[in-house]
Amino acid sequence: MVNRQVVGAHYGLRDWLVQRVTAVIMLVYAVAIVAFLVLAHGANYAQWQQLFACGWVKVLTTVTILALLWHAWVGLRDIWMDYVQHIGLRLTLHVVTILWLVSSLVYAVKVVWGA
Amino acid sequence: MTTRTIKFSIYRFDPEKDAKPYMKDYTVELDATEHKLLDALVKLKVLDDSVSFRRSCREGVCGSDAMNINGKNGLACVTDVDSLKQPIQIRPLPGLPVIRDLIVDMTQFFKQYHSIKPYVQNDTPAPDRERLQSQEDRKELDGLYECILCACCSTSCPSFWWNPDKFVGPAGLLAAYRFIADTRDTATNERLDNLEDPYRLFRCHTIMNCVDVCPKDLNPTKAIGKIKDLMVKRIA
Repeated sequence: MVNRQVVGAHYGLRDWLVQRVTAVIMLVYAVAIVAFLVLAHGANYAQWQQLFACGWVKVLTTVTILALLWHAWVGLRDIWMDYVQHIGLRLTLHVVTILWLVSSLVYAVKVVWGA
Repeated sequence: MTTRTIKFSIYRFDPEKDAKPYMKDYTVELDATEHKLLDALVKLKVLDDSVSFRRSCREGVCGSDAMNINGKNGLACVTDVDSLKQPIQIRPLPGLPVIRDLIVDMTQFFKQYHSIKPYVQNDTPAPDRERLQSQEDRKELDGLYECILCACCSTSCPSFWWNPDKFVGPAGLLAAYRFIADTRDTATNERLDNLEDPYRLFRCHTIMNCVDVCPKDLNPTKAIGKIKDLMVKRIA
């Protein structure tokens, strides 16, 4: 691209797009899960376990969890950017948010892929 | 309309005398020919000449008399005084430093406006006469060029309240799109670069307070959406 200027941090558009794309992923997953529940008439424990034993369900679930966490990161960081003006406090909140999201990811992967 | 009495509660603050702002009640008699809120305020100033506010054209063109009227930003000169619930609460525009009474310091607002370079930039050689536009191209500017910079929109926007130094605000972004949409302007890429930042454009969370208050019925939210569209198209 010609005539590009060095102004500001150029991740504004990326994060805005990420929030929309991840929202669509979560929507698709939510619709699929609700469809399963309706078709299986509420689903008992065995059906539920059978569903999540499926390889592609695990992959789809992992992708959705990643989308959810990325979505949450952009949204939460937006809130800190809007309302928390104190740099030290904001940095602390960012770090706490990242730690929380990463540990959620580790736990979620353990649950989905664990025995 | 006959003669009637209008009750006011007006924000008063003189930094040279007052420790903090306070609301003061007034009653004004209006005659049959006076209809607008500004008429009442001008009359009120005869009763108490210490009440300070800006006004100039008195017909919704200069944008000087923007204020917070019963909790909503608007221009006193185009607001029908009889449509307002009494006592009419008048406060300065929110979010900007108060200089005195209803007069606010607009420096930050205009700084943001200037940051988007509000003039046509074109580095091609100038033609003998003016740069022409087709009627369709000219239509693109409708709903954008009419802005009078009264600041009603930007000062009703929470994102502008929290980050007035970093977020351009609805008025500035409407003006930015006015020049992006102008076919005579060749700096579209630089303009988009200038806004592609988590703060400058993307603090807008589309709550549309700006659209709600604009006295000229303009739509900054729509203009902001079009800027985002162009950014997406640019990378696609």
